[in-house]
Amino acid sequence: MADPNEPTGSLPASNPGATPVSASEPLLRLRGISKHFGAVQALYGVDVDLPSGQVTALCGDNGAGKSVLTKCIAGIHEPDQGEMFWEGRLVHIRTPGDAAALGIETVYQDLALADNLDIVQNMFLGRERLSRGLLDEDSMERAAAATLASLRVTTVRSIRQPVATLSGGQRQAVAVAKAVMWNSKLVMLDEPTAALGVAQTRMVLDLIVRLKDHGLAVMVISHNLNDVFEVADRVAVLRLGRMVAQDQLSAFDRQSVVDFMTTGTSTRQVTASDATAMKD
Amino acid sequence: MATIPTQPGDEPLPAVGADTDAAVDLTAAAVEVIPPGIVAQSLGEYLRGWVARVRGGDAGVLPVAFALLAVAIVFTIVSPNHVFLSSKNLVNLFDQSAVFIVLAMGEGFVLLLGEIDLSIGYVAAIGGTVAADLVQPSPNWPWWAAILAALLVCAGIGAIHGFIITRLRMPAFVVTLAGYLLWFGVMIIILGTAGGVSITSTVLPNQEALYGIVYAYIDPLVAWVGLLAIVGLLGAAMWLRDAGRRRSGLVAPPVGLTVAKIVLVAGAGIVVVAICNVNRGNFLPIVGVPWVVPLVLVVLGAWTILLERTQFGRHMYAVGGNAEAARRAGINVSRVRTLAFILCSLTAALAGIIYCSQLGGLTTNINGGQLVLYAVAAAVIGGTSLFGGRGRAIHGLLGGLVIGAIYNGLYLLGLPIQWQLIITGLVLLAAVSVDSLSRKGVGSGATARA
Repeated sequence: MADPNEPTGSLPASNPGATPVSASEPLLRLRGISKHFGAVQALYGVDVDLPSGQVTALCGDNGAGKSVLTKCIAGIHEPDQGEMFWEGRLVHIRTPGDAAALGIETVYQDLALADNLDIVQNMFLGRERLSRGLLDEDSMERAAAATLASLRVTTVRSIRQPVATLSGGQRQAVAVAKAVMWNSKLVMLDEPTAALGVAQTRMVLDLIVRLKDHGLAVMVISHNLNDVFEVADRVAVLRLGRMVAQDQLSAFDRQSVVDFMTTGTSTRQVTASDATAMKD
Repeated sequence: MATIPTQPGDEPLPAVGADTDAAVDLTAAAVEVIPPGIVAQSLGEYLRGWVARVRGGDAGVLPVAFALLAVAIVFTIVSPNHVFLSSKNLVNLFDQSAVFIVLAMGEGFVLLLGEIDLSIGYVAAIGGTVAADLVQPSPNWPWWAAILAALLVCAGIGAIHGFIITRLRMPAFVVTLAGYLLWFGVMIIILGTAGGVSITSTVLPNQEALYGIVYAYIDPLVAWVGLLAIVGLLGAAMWLRDAGRRRSGLVAPPVGLTVAKIVLVAGAGIVVVAICNVNRGNFLPIVGVPWVVPLVLVVLGAWTILLERTQFGRHMYAVGGNAEAARRAGINVSRVRTLAFILCSLTAALAGIIYCSQLGGLTTNINGGQLVLYAVAAAVIGGTSLFGGRGRAIHGLLGGLVIGAIYNGLYLLGLPIQWQLIITGLVLLAAVSVDSLSRKGVGSGATARA
C-alpha cells in the first residue's frame, strides 16, 4: 500500500506534471509541492489527492509540514515548486483570495477569529455584504443565523455577541460555520478537536462527516488517531516534509500510522517499504 | 441566504448530533461581559446587564459621560463665583476642547490598530500653518481652497508615515517620533523668519472665514432650527433602524433603550444650543453657537459612519482585533494600516486649522508634544483601547471634553501649570488602568477583549 507508484485509486505517478489518466479525478491534486523557509526545507515534493465526498486525514508528527502544506493550499504560502490541479485543471493559488475563489476554506487551529468582532462580523470578515455602499447588517445577520441554525449551534446567547465572550466549543463552531457558509468545495480543518472536551469533539466529528455527506472534500489535520479512525476515508502521513504513506483508511491500523509518523515506514504492512522510496 | 452549499434542493444541514445541546452549552463562563444591548429585552434588564459588564471592565461610553459630569460638578463648586458653569466659560470650553476632540478622533484611527502616532501635534501645526499661509495677502487663496490644501498636505504626510511603517516594516512609535521632530522643523521653516503667522485681519474675507471657525456664531434661531433638523433626522434613523430590526426578529436593543438614546441626543443638543444662545458679552451682546461646534459634529458623524457602517471601517476593527485573522480573510492589512495613518494626519490637519482659528494664528511656540499627549489621553479616557480593536469616534468627543474641562477648570482656579499637568496625568493613568483591566477580562474565562 501507500506507494503512489502503485496507486489504489486515481493516484498517478509521482513525477510532477504527469497528466491525469483516471476518470475519477480528485477535486484537488498536488504534485511535487516543495517549500522552504530560508535554510529550512519544509516540504519535499509532496503529492496529495483530495477527492470530493471523502475525508482525508493528514497525519504527522510536530514539524512534519502539515501546517505548511495546508497553508500552501490555502494561499498563505506559495510553493517553491510543484503543481496543483483543481478539478483536473492546473491552478496557481497565490493568495487567500485565490483559494476562496476556487472554493477552498480553511479552519485554522487558532481559528483566526477577531475577538473584538461579533459572530456575524467574523463570519463575513473580508466578504461583507454591502447595500448602497454601506454594510448590509440585516442581510448578513439573517444569513449567519441561518447557517448557525442549520449547524444547530443554538446555545450562543446572541449572534451579536463578541467572539471574545464565547467558549472554546462555540468558537470552533463559529469558525466551521464561517468556512462552510461560502460556496466551498474543500474545507481544511487544522486540529479541529485539539482544544475541545469530549462532547464538543463529538459535535465537531459529526459535523465533519456531515460536510463529507454533502459532497465536500474535507481535509482534517490531526494528531488524534481516535479522531482519524473515526471520520477519515483516506489517510496521508507526512514525515519531515515528505509524504511517506497515502491510502484508504482500510490499509492502515493505528500502529502502522504511528510507525509512518515516527519512522517513515511500517513493518506491519506488506508493501510499506515502498513508501520510503517515494520522492527521494 | 448562505447555508451549507449543497446540491440544489438539498435542505440545510440537520442537527449535528443528538447531544448538540450539551456539546455547545459552555456559555456560563462568559455571559457577564456580553454587551447588554443585544440580549436585554427591557430597559431594566439592560441596566442590570450593564452593571454586570462594568464590573467586567468593559463599560462603553457611559462611565466617561459620568466622569465628565463629575468634573463639571466639582469645578462648578470650587471655581470662583461658580464661573465654570457660566455661558461664557462653557462656550470657551467647547472651543478649547474642539482641538483635543478632533485630534483624539484622528489618533483614534491608529490606536484602533494598536499603533500610535506621536507626530500629530506638529502635523496639526503644519496643517494650520499651511492654511494660514495661504490666506495671507500674497497668495490670498479662497478659505476653502486653503483648508483643502492643508488637508491634502497632511494626508500626504500620513501617507509617508504609513508607507514607511508598512513597507519598510518599521515600528510606528519610532517613525512617528522621527516625524515629531521632522515636522516640527518643517513647520519652523514654513513660518519663516517672522516665527509666526496671523489670521486676524478684518479686511481679508478669507482670513475672517478661518478666524470665524471659532469666533463667528450661528444665529440663535438658525441654531434651533438646525438642532431640530439634526435630532429629527438622527432620531428617525435610529428609531426606524431599531424598530425594523425588532420587527424582522434581528438582534435589536429594547424599545426603552432606543427612546433613551434619542432623548439623550436631543437633551445634549438642547443644552448646548441653549448655553450658546445666552448672551455672554461684557459690553456688546454675544450670542450663538460657534461654527466649530457643527464642524466637530460633522467630523464625528463622518468618522462614525466610516468606522461603523462601511466595509473599510469593519476591516479596521478586524486588523486591530486580530491582524492575522484579517490577513487570512483576504484583507489587505498594509493598505488598511496606511489609510489609518493618512486619516489620522488628515484629521489632525483639521484640528490644526481649528487651533489656528482659536489662537488667531500660529507661532513657533506651539507645543505639539503636549497636543499629541492630550490627544492620546482624550481617546483613551473616552474608551478607546491602547491595545487596538476597540474605539469609536465618539470616544474622542467625550475624552476631549474631559481633557478640555480639566484644562479649563484648573485654569479658572488659577492653579499653576504643574498642577494641570499632574491632574491630567492622573486622569490618564486612571483611564489606562480601566483599559488594561478590561483587557484581562476580569470575571470571565474568555480571552482578552481587545
